[in-house]
Amino acid sequence: MGFFLETLFGGLMAGMLYSLIALGFVLIFKASGVFNFAQGAMVLFAALAMARFAEWIPKGLGIESKIVGNLLAFAAAMLVMIAVAWLVEKLVLGKLVNQEGITLLMATLGIAYFLDGFGQTIFGSDIYKIDVGLPKDPMFLFESVFPGGVLIGKEDLYAAVIAAALVAALSLFFQKTATGRALRAVADDHQAAQSIGIPLNRIWVIVWSVAGFVALVAGIIWGSKLGVQFSLSLVALKALPVVILGGLTSVPGAIIGGLIIGVGEKLSEVYIGSKIGGGIEIWFAYVLALLFLLVRPQGLFGEKIIDRV
Amino acid sequence: MLYRENGQFKTSYRADQQVFPIAQDRIAIGLLLAFAIVVVPAVAPEYLFRAILIPFLILSLAALGLNILVGYCGQISLGTGAFMAVGAYAAYNFQARIEGMPLLASLLLGGVCATAVGVLFGIPSLRIKGLYLAVATLAAQFFTDWAFLRIKWFTNDSASGSVTVAGLKVLGQPIETPVQKYLFCLGFLIVFAALAKNLVRGHIGREWMAIRDMDVAAAVIGIRPVYAKLTAFAVSSFIVGVAGALWGFVHLGSWEPAAFSIDRSFQLLFMVIIGGLGSIMGSFFGAAFIVMLPIALDLLGVTVGFDTALASHLTFMIFGALIVFFLIVEPHGLARLWSIGKEKLRLWPFPH
Repeated sequence: MGFFLETLFGGLMAGMLYSLIALGFVLIFKASGVFNFAQGAMVLFAALAMARFAEWIPKGLGIESKIVGNLLAFAAAMLVMIAVAWLVEKLVLGKLVNQEGITLLMATLGIAYFLDGFGQTIFGSDIYKIDVGLPKDPMFLFESVFPGGVLIGKEDLYAAVIAAALVAALSLFFQKTATGRALRAVADDHQAAQSIGIPLNRIWVIVWSVAGFVALVAGIIWGSKLGVQFSLSLVALKALPVVILGGLTSVPGAIIGGLIIGVGEKLSEVYIGSKIGGGIEIWFAYVLALLFLLVRPQGLFGEKIIDRV
Repeated sequence: MLYRENGQFKTSYRADQQVFPIAQDRIAIGLLLAFAIVVVPAVAPEYLFRAILIPFLILSLAALGLNILVGYCGQISLGTGAFMAVGAYAAYNFQARIEGMPLLASLLLGGVCATAVGVLFGIPSLRIKGLYLAVATLAAQFFTDWAFLRIKWFTNDSASGSVTVAGLKVLGQPIETPVQKYLFCLGFLIVFAALAKNLVRGHIGREWMAIRDMDVAAAVIGIRPVYAKLTAFAVSSFIVGVAGALWGFVHLGSWEPAAFSIDRSFQLLFMVIIGGLGSIMGSFFGAAFIVMLPIALDLLGVTVGFDTALASHLTFMIFGALIVFFLIVEPHGLARLWSIGKEKLRLWPFPH
């Protein structure tokens, strides 16, 4: 029982991290109908920027305090992500208005490759550390209930809390602010939104910036867990099934989908994987999403916008 | 002035419908084939065969297959590497398990197995399309990556999924030197390119294109989407599977699942986009471009003096930028530029 709970919690924590990346997908899809394959590359890019700025800024300005250094690095990385968002809108999406979803998908694939190469060219391609002071030591829960208790990484717990806070903040932003309303209007109908005076281009820059912000947070958390390296951009591939499962247009869906995938992955690895050779984590999520697609193509919470054939 | 069709009158439908209606095109293709079959093996150095020509031939075969699916039928696939892997490992199993199996037969049977897997993963395309289909094909990619790494039966119980083939022979002829390998792959490519060209010109190719352009309208005029889509998946994955088998058998010799990873899938998709969606010719252009660009950048790096890591990052950036560039400026890729050039040439030097 203790082991089961441990696996379960491990899955939930991993799922929270997937949700963070899935959130970026959902935001952009909601606001512009673009399935952003470059989200993973953005996570890598943001994490690289953060890691390197945290190194360069304190050195350049002679700042001793780690917190100030990290904050400055965060701000600088955020500025970089806003610049990326602006450039993406200006150079790519602005030119591809009214194109089919597939074309846009392939364009974001191009953006992903470009960002991967560009990030590693200017920031270097070694493995970097991000140290924002997340505690690394494990802790034990329910020690009174089970012998030995349930082992949980504190870092994971913090990550989960941050992810939850982010989701709450984004929901508020979408529901309560004028910009959020504009974003939802654009998501519903580009033309109608434009005709009542919502500037489409600016909205896209905003939403890509928000996605950049989410990527930055995800990058920091993943980066401090695994180190900032190229494989970070592959983590995004794990988030794809999450979005499919939760529904492409639903923020809560991204979270719940992430949790389901995280838990399912860990449990299946432990209980099924050991029987058929292990390592099934890499495809389990995909096959789950695929089966789900056949039954309920819009995902758990998505809107029914899929064109059936 | 040479490229002009004045005086070439067609007196039969047959003559009017042929693949290359212009005499100069026929002559050019004939010369090109003669050059590729006779001159290249005689003069090209061994490095050229190993590093450029053989990969180019095999990857253009794979790109050809993918182009049928993505370019002609409009079904996106991010799982091409998976179908290549199925072709390669299936061919390996036929070769290793059945005594005296002819090489040609195992390569083609590898293609048949890839067809089966392709159709299986194509079934979701009957209900979903676009982005969702991309995810379904990604599932194929990750699943086969895992299957060939972990299920020992597929790899004849070898560790880490790596397998080796040696002593290739076709009809008593050994396929060992680079020149022999080159000619072998070239033969495959010519046959499959001719087949593919005629398929897409024919009845079934038009069905694919109708589905691509608008599936509902196609269904209304009596095209069965199920049949059209699944045949596109079948033909495409057959060609891709054979290409995968060739890649493993002829180019690599010994390989492991990582040779057919998701990067390979993306690479092939890029070939199709850059070369030209919906163009047989484009598959060749795309493959040539993507095979040669990294090598050219490496060479440039050596002469200008930056290191290989930077060269590989630059390759990434250039690929990415080119994808976006082509999607925005010329969605039909290099093949379209080629045909624009030809049109201009027909009127040159008096464009009126």
